[in-house]
Amino acid sequence: MNVSVDVLVALPIVLPLLAGALSLVFWRSHAAQRMLGVFGSLGLLVVSVLLLFATWDHGHLVMEMGDWPAPFGIVLVSDMLAAIMVVLTGIIGLATAVYSLSGVSVRHERYGYYPLFHLLLAGVNGAFLTGDIFNLYVWFEVMLVASFALLILGGERAQMEGAIKYVTLNLLSSALFLSAIGLLYGLTGTLNMADIAVKLAEVEDTGLVTVIAMLFMVAFGIKAAAFPFFFWLPASYHTPKVAVSALFAGLLTKVGVYALFRVFTLIFNHDVGYTHEILLWIAMLTMLTGVLGAAAQFEFRRILSFHIVSQIGYMILGLALFTPLAIVGGVFYIMHHIIVKANLFLISGLTYQLKGSHELKQLGGLYRSNPMLAVFFMVPALSLAGLPPLSGFFAKFIIIRAGIEAEAWLAVAVALVVGLLTLYSMVKIWNEVFWKAQPEGVAHAQPASGPLIWMWLPIIGLALMTVMIGLYGQPIFEMAERSAEQLLDTSGYIEAVLGAGYVEALQESRR
Amino acid sequence: MNMQSLILRTAGHFLLPLLLLFSLFLLFRGHNEPGGGFIAGLVAAAAVVLYLFSMDIDAARRVLRVDPRSLLGSGMLLAVLSGVPGIFRGQPFFTAQWWEITVPGLGMVKLSSVLLFDIGVYLVVIGAVLTIMLTLAEAED
Repeated sequence: MNVSVDVLVALPIVLPLLAGALSLVFWRSHAAQRMLGVFGSLGLLVVSVLLLFATWDHGHLVMEMGDWPAPFGIVLVSDMLAAIMVVLTGIIGLATAVYSLSGVSVRHERYGYYPLFHLLLAGVNGAFLTGDIFNLYVWFEVMLVASFALLILGGERAQMEGAIKYVTLNLLSSALFLSAIGLLYGLTGTLNMADIAVKLAEVEDTGLVTVIAMLFMVAFGIKAAAFPFFFWLPASYHTPKVAVSALFAGLLTKVGVYALFRVFTLIFNHDVGYTHEILLWIAMLTMLTGVLGAAAQFEFRRILSFHIVSQIGYMILGLALFTPLAIVGGVFYIMHHIIVKANLFLISGLTYQLKGSHELKQLGGLYRSNPMLAVFFMVPALSLAGLPPLSGFFAKFIIIRAGIEAEAWLAVAVALVVGLLTLYSMVKIWNEVFWKAQPEGVAHAQPASGPLIWMWLPIIGLALMTVMIGLYGQPIFEMAERSAEQLLDTSGYIEAVLGAGYVEALQESRR
Repeated sequence: MNMQSLILRTAGHFLLPLLLLFSLFLLFRGHNEPGGGFIAGLVAAAAVVLYLFSMDIDAARRVLRVDPRSLLGSGMLLAVLSGVPGIFRGQPFFTAQWWEITVPGLGMVKLSSVLLFDIGVYLVVIGAVLTIMLTLAEAED
């Protein structure tokens, strides 16, 4: 028994796959599936936290799957960014699994909610951990297949409408992604991301490299719901069950953002002046369109969906500025956003149970009837808008400070205005849902499929996390800082995957 | 769904075991030669689907004995678990493990975790295809 520490890299993928397979085996027992949902994601969270600590100690953890050496086999790599993302997946997985105990009906379970839930987590973690660009595509597909099915679970008309837009845009993105991989492989003859980074530095046809970079930008831009490819998101995220919405809102677009971070730091860092300038414009327009779109909405989850779009803009802004502090800000923003956004969606679900509607016009009076919920709404809502001392304040502060240092005045102005407009949206929800009296007789409390405590627990837990990130932000900031260092100095990643002498040996053989 | 064809019904009875045997042959042959869990699973699923066409859904479910979803789940379980033994020897996940066993009458037989993975794939393919086909057939009724 000499298990190496590298095993931790594979476990965040293996555990959800096992839990999903077991849920299928216990197809008939809803109790077993629920237990597997909660304890499977709890196990995932434990493993991912261990992975984070191990990655903090070792810098990079690498596992060559099946003992096939890099760059020929598929490697799983965990650096700080990947480990942080995996931990966030664990947190959101556990929160939604607990919420699902009363938020997902037996009918939906019979359609295969839990196996798909685990498959989605496995796909998301696979995308975070893989060090192989084609494998990244495969994990994207695993995640998408699961998300397609989760999106239409229940088969209502609105869900189908949303799903058509979602599926079409995402298939287009996959096709672009795949052709970009093909071109990249043709240029470098390898699929290992570290190896691509090494070989791309020597490619003379930099024009073609930029074309491939743009293809990746469009493909991941669609997945991340960046401008101008965002419209599938507000068209679909408000249609499925709230637990599914929260899972999607927390994780799916962030996989696209993660892929942008990975690819545009490790691989396409040769012509930053061109590619990252475009990213800067995308970021600004994404922030603006998202927040303006939200201002016109009067459905709880649609407002939140548009705010996902605007928040994605901040993260991409961090990448686009491409200074150490900006990357720190981007990573910090991702951490803050995933927790806050999933929580807001969960709150919209609890509101629905208590008051019977998602439409702001039909809601009201929650402050009077459930003051505690109002408090727990204020925490993530104000954090999203960036009020101190909550997590969102520091996330925005770091990014805006980085913008000032980089003298990107327009971007700073946009970021500040968007923050203000976010506050407007949150105040709108507050006024309509919590403050005003509920109109008589339009909507009534819905029967939940379990005790409401299971809905409260994740909301309280995530809200506490938001406060903690704000009050004790130092360790989180240090983690983000370490991940930014690793992202900007790619030699550590390359050396960890390919071995110390690889680059020199390659240059030697070329001579 | 029932085709009411005497020829098909009669043939279905004989073809089912033959095709299942053939699928097993493909599964084990796949280790070193063309074949393998995926194609074998398709053949096995096709055998049951043929039976479904010649008889009816209940007959097909009876001959299958287990819910195809359980097949899907257990296959997936087997496939993922087949990657585990390597890690207890300090090797990466999914590293192939080999065991040599002497079977009376056959001589030495090499067993490997790769074979377990292939059987897992076999079950997953059967389970997935039959889940789809049986659901469609039920929707038709």
